[in-house]
Amino acid sequence: MAKKDDVSRRQFLNYTLTGVGGFMAAGMLLPMVRFAIDPIMKEGAKQDMVPVVEVSKVTEKPQRFTFEIEQKDGWYESKVTQAAWVYKDKNGDIVALSPICKHLGCTVDWAASPAHPNQFYCPCHGGRYEKDGTNIKGTPPLAPLDVYKKEVKDGKLYLGQAVPQ
Amino acid sequence: MLQKMYDWVDERLDITPMWRDIADHEVPEHVNPAHHFSAFVYCFGGLTFFITVIQILSGMFLSMYYVPDIINAYESVYYLQNEVAFGVIVRGMHHWGASLVIVMMFLHTLRVFFQGAYKKPRELNWVVGVMIFGVMLGLGFTGYLLPWDMKALFATKVGLEIAQTVPVIGPALKTLLAGDATIIGAQTLTRFFAIHVFFLPGALLGLMGAHFIMIRKQGISGPL
Repeated sequence: MAKKDDVSRRQFLNYTLTGVGGFMAAGMLLPMVRFAIDPIMKEGAKQDMVPVVEVSKVTEKPQRFTFEIEQKDGWYESKVTQAAWVYKDKNGDIVALSPICKHLGCTVDWAASPAHPNQFYCPCHGGRYEKDGTNIKGTPPLAPLDVYKKEVKDGKLYLGQAVPQ
Repeated sequence: MLQKMYDWVDERLDITPMWRDIADHEVPEHVNPAHHFSAFVYCFGGLTFFITVIQILSGMFLSMYYVPDIINAYESVYYLQNEVAFGVIVRGMHHWGASLVIVMMFLHTLRVFFQGAYKKPRELNWVVGVMIFGVMLGLGFTGYLLPWDMKALFATKVGLEIAQTVPVIGPALKTLLAGDATIIGAQTLTRFFAIHVFFLPGALLGLMGAHFIMIRKQGISGPL
């Protein structure tokens, strides 16, 4: 006579089948799921510093400079043009801001709104930023504009990746 | 001849009860527009399904010419629309149907909501219906990118920025959808294509099956 806490034959078979079935399902799903989530597991590609403009050309008023970077999108390699708003701040340090609006990714422009001549302005939803990239409260963006990593070599300004402030 | 063929199969597989079970049932009077014209509101669910069938068929045929590749996608869409016979019709069916299916689904949802047809015992069917709504919006979002024109690209940029604002998982979700942390490009297009033609339609068929089995099991809700 089987004791109360004994595993019955039926239960044993149920457990075994569930275990084996679960193992087989995991064996099928694991490669596929890992395959699908690869983009989040991959480390971001490092971006080289690219010469953009001679330092002497940078003024106190933000100017838009473009530069080309090598972009690797999976199997597709291409040259992509990026833009930066570059100026010298009061201490004479160079600041290079990304023109990508932190609201929904449109492109901001310096002094594009007549009502706000000393701010960056995004035409899509009226987002505005101070000269140093700080987002203005009450406009859509929730974060300041990204800044490019920068380096000055032989009188030239080199820019790298844009990082959040 | 046809009758003989049917009998031959039926004798072996007993298929009559199967199709009877699916097709042979009475439409209640309050659901029949021939009795009460206002009963046309009951048509929206069926119309949603009808347009979904058109979407699946036209989509299957579009994929004969379309390639999900950043170099060729736009050109292939341009070619199938302008060079292929009836291309503008087939693409038009898919394009306009995509909007119409949302409209029909919305009207169906309104009817169920205002008639209170979602109440016990049909709560689960409402839940499945909301899931179908989500899948349909996903199909619209992923399909919009596939022509790979300016409108498609920037709409997707904005859409992915919105996905990124989800608390905690936002950035990972965006990367998972776009296939890259920063670039919206080759991998985004292939991913959106895979999601649009395989993952979401698969989910949609499963959910619709559940939706229909439940309404047959429970019957349509009674008159108001």
